[in-house]
Amino acid sequence: MSVVLAPATLEEALSLLAEHPAALVMAGGTDLLVRLRGTTPGNAPPLLSLARVVELRGVVAEPSFLAIGAATPFSRIIADPLVGAHASLLAQAARTMGGPAIRNMATLGGNIATASPAGDSLPPLFLLDARVELASLTGRRGLPLAEFIRAPGRTDLRQGELIARILLPRTPPWDRECFAKIGRRRALAIAVACFAGLARLDQRGRIAEIRMAWGSVGPTVVRLAALEAELAGAPVHAATLTQVRRAVFHGVAPISDLRASAAYRRLVAANLATNFVEGLRG
Amino acid sequence: MQVRFELNGATVAVDVSPDRRVVDLLREDLGLTGTKEGCGTGECGACTILVNGETRLSCLMVAAQIDGCRVMTVEGLAATADGALLQQAFVEEGAVQCGFCIPGMEMAALVLLRHEAAPDRECIRQGLAGNLCRCTGYTKIVDAVERAARDTRASREPQ
Repeated sequence: MSVVLAPATLEEALSLLAEHPAALVMAGGTDLLVRLRGTTPGNAPPLLSLARVVELRGVVAEPSFLAIGAATPFSRIIADPLVGAHASLLAQAARTMGGPAIRNMATLGGNIATASPAGDSLPPLFLLDARVELASLTGRRGLPLAEFIRAPGRTDLRQGELIARILLPRTPPWDRECFAKIGRRRALAIAVACFAGLARLDQRGRIAEIRMAWGSVGPTVVRLAALEAELAGAPVHAATLTQVRRAVFHGVAPISDLRASAAYRRLVAANLATNFVEGLRG
Repeated sequence: MQVRFELNGATVAVDVSPDRRVVDLLREDLGLTGTKEGCGTGECGACTILVNGETRLSCLMVAAQIDGCRVMTVEGLAATADGALLQQAFVEEGAVQCGFCIPGMEMAALVLLRHEAAPDRECIRQGLAGNLCRCTGYTKIVDAVERAARDTRASREPQ
């Protein structure tokens, strides 16, 4: 039997975390409780549930960024008008995650803390230049999400810290955006590969700026900075598509697992990116 | 710990380990065996219940999380007007094969119809996307939800 700590405020949660350094932080529990199945009863660490910490939920628009509480469930992110207006790429990804009940439970901060290579919210967050704000008893610190996530299942979260908010800078709207996910089935499937893309076009229809990220094809989110730079100013024609296909096929770093082979994942990652770039035409 | 919550309209208080899974609390401690455990890992939806009016998976919740909440299980369906129509629609359409997935299907469908009074078949499929039927009887399940939507709308029209 393990203790369940259920603080009502962030301050209380941080104090409890300091008192119980071994506690496992539980937001939606959709990943944690599955991992805890089969653990030996009797010596299980306490669970620190964030379910009652209201201040960790919800979306607020600040002048220069959107702030999403770390314990905001995906169903609320999907329904939130501010997310729809300023970060619809994230909402698109959220709609593909789990099923309706999972989305009522699973949280954005949980998806980040889990740092799975297949975390579907991560590619959109990387493209939106997300920052994580971490709270501890000594104060707050913030860093780019791309630096916070270190390796599969590993983040820069320090002892005594909780993810408090995810900050998305407000930018001029993108001309095109896309989230696509390939899995064995449409719902409740861990992705074989997922893709997020954002683009701006110039008056002549050339690519002015493009951002692309992939999930499930590397240890963490894959982004190809050199390719993005090369594509700035490029027209959307056949040679560009070939360039994208080749660069992505060789640029991603997938493994083979029970869902798909590495070779298939390379192909899918390249196809998703090529489709996006091709769709920029007209 | 003592967990107090509203269960199908009645207040209950149970002494239970705070990390007891809600599905075990319901089935074994309270004898409400309508809620099923299929996979135990959040992939099948058989254990779907409503917590404060939203679908949740009771295999991935611990008792402490429902303290103070309003919980509804399949046993509470018949007491609600729309739940009773939904159950009748499942009967009329022959939507139940082995029946194991049906409690979860009905809880998910109830919430779907409360948000969307006239869903098309694609919308129904998306609303039930978290629920697996291993008999693969999806067509008649979708038929039943369509019928329930029609019947519920008809029941609300002024006579």
